[in-house]
Amino acid sequence: MGDEIILLDFWPSMFGMRVRLALAEKGLKYEYKEEDLRNKSPLLLEMNPVHKQIPVLIHNGKPICESLIIVQYIDEVWHDKSPLLPSDPYQRAQARFWADYVDKKLYGLGRKVWSTKGEEQETAKKEFIECLKLLEGELGEKPYFGGEKIGFVDVALVTFSCWFYAYESCGNFSIEAECPKLIAWTKRCKEKESVSSSLEDPHKVHGFVMGMRKRFGIE
Amino acid sequence: MAEEVKLFRTWSSPFALRIVWALKIKGIEYETIFEDLSDKSPSLLQYNPAHKKIPVLVHSGKPIAESYVILEYIDETWKETPLLPEDPYERAMARFWAKFGDDKVLTSIVWGVFIKEGKEQEEAMVEAMKNLWFLEEELRGKKFFGGERIGFVDLALGWLANLINILEDVAGQKIVDEDKFPLLSAWMKDFANSPIIKDNWPPRVQMIAKFRALRDAKLAAAASSK
Repeated sequence: MGDEIILLDFWPSMFGMRVRLALAEKGLKYEYKEEDLRNKSPLLLEMNPVHKQIPVLIHNGKPICESLIIVQYIDEVWHDKSPLLPSDPYQRAQARFWADYVDKKLYGLGRKVWSTKGEEQETAKKEFIECLKLLEGELGEKPYFGGEKIGFVDVALVTFSCWFYAYESCGNFSIEAECPKLIAWTKRCKEKESVSSSLEDPHKVHGFVMGMRKRFGIE
Repeated sequence: MAEEVKLFRTWSSPFALRIVWALKIKGIEYETIFEDLSDKSPSLLQYNPAHKKIPVLVHSGKPIAESYVILEYIDETWKETPLLPEDPYERAMARFWAKFGDDKVLTSIVWGVFIKEGKEQEEAMVEAMKNLWFLEEELRGKKFFGGERIGFVDLALGWLANLINILEDVAGQKIVDEDKFPLLSAWMKDFANSPIIKDNWPPRVQMIAKFRALRDAKLAAAASSK
């Protein structure tokens, strides 16, 4: 009996992309359902009544919500192929810590970078770069956060990279100038088919962000 | 060689309390280092440079930070009395409810209802009630969130069992009404009185003073910004 896997998602979501990437790494077939977040489907409301958010993974009818929880679930169920978390408990704790760090810091700061102006935006830009620099330090000389292969932290962070062009354009700064090693890492990741097929086109994301700015009256 | 386990904490942090419970439930010997967050020790800053927060667990010299990361590390390293279930789907659900507890329940109660008054508080109560209702539903047919015995989600939400009463006293506002939330109320009592848990609550008088000061400060700040 085959597994039935459905992903409820929204194309520009860096959180949804994490799940697409994890599924691709494991070589899993699934049905992708695009949600209109201004008109959420009955299925989404039924599968995630608590948050009514994407991504939601539905595996043989059972929903799993929250992107990093979904990625860990995928890693545990399909543990034989391309493990994302290491086997050593301390290394696992470090991976979970840094993935959590990405969640706690980057989305909020990135959002401020594209949706605010003046001093608020300058502060957000500064903090955003500081966070990326800390992550760059954590990467060190390793090819990936996961070591020789991509791992949990790579999955958690690389999906933000297709938003970098939008952040840079709105904030008028260069991430590569500040964090060259991190950008080199994003390019290295994108050489993998699983990554390049899961990330959205940065220009398309930029267009989406411009549309959002217009809707919120930010100019 | 004895493994050295140290826990950096404060006397009142509900996040650190989770770690105390987990260590004691598993019978792990450890040393406590109390931190004054207004004067953080060089050790804390060295062990958690990213957030500079407690709790931090240091095991044989290696630091782990963030309470849920620490709990999973403890569960994977000391396998007796497991906190997380074995089944991947049940594990995902446990992680989901733990995250919901911090992101929504704690936020809506402490930073929503507790530090507000009047109409603002009424609005915050609506959100808090919605969140508590999900917990009530999740308890249906179970004694603890973990089933027959205390598990990961019970430790994650355990702060409710002690703090709610304190917040209600200070704010003069009922938050978890027994009539509205019979299962949650029963769980709060069962959890609070469980072995190990009942011996490790922070002192009530100090908690009342701390939260009274917090509420007064927040209300004053809100009033002066109007």
